Amino acid sequence: MTVLDKPVEPPGADGSRTAGGRDGGRSPAGRRRTTPYLLTTGLVLALLVLVPVAAGIGAYPVPTGDVLSSVAHRLGLGGDALDRVPESVLWNVRFPRIVLALLIGGALGCAGALMQGVFGNPLAEPGVIGVSSGAAVGAVAAIALGIDFLGNWTVSALAFAAGLATVLLVYAMSRSGGRTEVVTLILTGIAVNAFAGALIGLFIFFADTAAVNQIVFWQLGSLAQATWPKVLAVLPCAAVGLVVAPLYARKLDLLALGERPARHLGVDVERLRIVLVLVIALLTAAAVSVSGIIGFVGLVVPHLLRMAAGPGHRFLIPGSALAGALVLLAADLGARTVAEPAELPIGVLTALIGSPFFFWLLRRTRRKQGGWA
Amino acid sequence: MKSSGGPSLFPGFSGFSGFPGCSGFSGRLRRRPAPPPPAAPGDVLAETESLHVRLGSQDVLSGVDVAARAGEVLALVGPNGAGKSTLLAALAADLRPASGVVRVHGRAAADWSAPELALRRAVLPQSAALSFPFTVEEVVRMGRAPWAHRPHGRDEEDSDDTVVAEAMAATEVGAFAARPFSALSGGERARVALARVLAQRAPLLLLDEPTAALDLRHQELVLRVCRERARAGDAVVVVLHDLGLAAAYAHRVAVLRAGRIAAEGAPDEVFTDTLLSEVYRQPVEVFPHPRTGGVLITPKRDS
Repeated sequence: MTVLDKPVEPPGADGSRTAGGRDGGRSPAGRRRTTPYLLTTGLVLALLVLVPVAAGIGAYPVPTGDVLSSVAHRLGLGGDALDRVPESVLWNVRFPRIVLALLIGGALGCAGALMQGVFGNPLAEPGVIGVSSGAAVGAVAAIALGIDFLGNWTVSALAFAAGLATVLLVYAMSRSGGRTEVVTLILTGIAVNAFAGALIGLFIFFADTAAVNQIVFWQLGSLAQATWPKVLAVLPCAAVGLVVAPLYARKLDLLALGERPARHLGVDVERLRIVLVLVIALLTAAAVSVSGIIGFVGLVVPHLLRMAAGPGHRFLIPGSALAGALVLLAADLGARTVAEPAELPIGVLTALIGSPFFFWLLRRTRRKQGGWA
Repeated sequence: MKSSGGPSLFPGFSGFSGFPGCSGFSGRLRRRPAPPPPAAPGDVLAETESLHVRLGSQDVLSGVDVAARAGEVLALVGPNGAGKSTLLAALAADLRPASGVVRVHGRAAADWSAPELALRRAVLPQSAALSFPFTVEEVVRMGRAPWAHRPHGRDEEDSDDTVVAEAMAATEVGAFAARPFSALSGGERARVALARVLAQRAPLLLLDEPTAALDLRHQELVLRVCRERARAGDAVVVVLHDLGLAAAYAHRVAVLRAGRIAAEGAPDEVFTDTLLSEVYRQPVEVFPHPRTGGVLITPKRDS
């Protein structure tokens, strides 16, 4: 190439130091490249173990061996169908719930990773900045007013519309000069959450008793009502979001440099933002429309993965989807077993664990920045 | 765009397209912009014609004509607020001029797409920020993004790995390649940012105060790198505050004052006592180095 082939410096003490450092730097970088493989393998294995175990545990226990045999039977891979009751428990109660947990967990984890990338801010999360509540307003409106012009998909569609409007609002309000300050973002979240809470309150006020009960329980976040039609209602939004999101991983990496430098490296920043905001709204709406507000999964999961495997989005986005699915499945298992025979709302459980993590994150960010100024 | 990538049956596996050369699938089927043909020495790679730029109600540039030529280091100097960074941003196609023309590689700046521009010019911003703790090597590798989906750079045998390693060696950041960018000092960050710009291998380099945070040794190093890139046929435009560095390393300097070019030419012609004293509103002495005869510039401190 150019002159850079020649050493810029006569090879002296300094030159050898840099050369040695570069070779030395290769192994940590290499380690960081293998971590994603290990993590994915681990996550997939954990899912493969947890799914049949979770399917077996509950008020009507089914041995894990029977679960596997029933699944194999349905897939036409041998195995035997179970008796009528365990078969029905598995396929009409447990599996829809497990699939729903996986889909929603994946959507939440992925949405968190995307949102942090788009905002360039590690504290962005659908629940924290109010997008979940925004989507909830749409869903509550559908339940309270008995709207069903799209049938099964009405709640999802309205949640998507309201969620999208909220992301756009938060985005417009919390950015200045191409950056999002932590304080502005969180304060915007507080304002949006307050407003969405008021709207939800208004809808509850006007709703009849049956709808009120439905809304209140739904709002706490729960997968207890899982059925196959509900899985189908979530599936389109979640699937589109989960497939599209990883395509933008490289560009999100570049966005970490700032908007102008990203543009200098060939990223059409405006378009990237629009597409990703749509994807975030899709994923959040998918999660919120069926299971209410389940907070902090989108915050905690991408953070832990970033600590383990670095901030590169090519692993972070699909990895967060996988880990989010795993976390939510485990959380749901916990929610329906710790207080048996009663069920803990899963949103309560994730918030109990997630909020302290959020505190710690806030303190760490503040320490790093030397205050909020 | 979203439909052009290969379908990901299982998103979990798409995370590992992250090897150099083996790039992600998001653009595999998209038409990639072609890199520019090599420039001959003296070719104008970026120019402005009677450029006016307004930011808010302020006229930041009024009637600026300037050209960046292949094989040449052009230094932009002048007092604070004279419009140096704005001119650089205009050449980078970041700004819409109020009137006048900015051309990059012979075509109006606004007519290029972002990916096309990325193959034609690299920009070093005044301050380098990073939202997430990427390592130094990862940051430098981001400079290769415009070349993604093509295994080779401008020179056929240059893979991303070699280009990145060379850029890191040229700026002496190899020693902390594996450290997170956020853990570096200001001067180290500035050099990493420069390495990223060098790794982009664009024929037009626009550097906004690349020496501001650097120690003596690395100031010299960075400007030597500029000279070497120019010798290799690139056009380099660099905003400098240190007139001595500009005199020593630039082929041409443009002195800006209040949004206009006060003087332009070879450093030893342009840098005179009267001009500099007037532009900087500070008495300045220009005299030859006793040994080399090079231009030396100091403020007058008689008292």
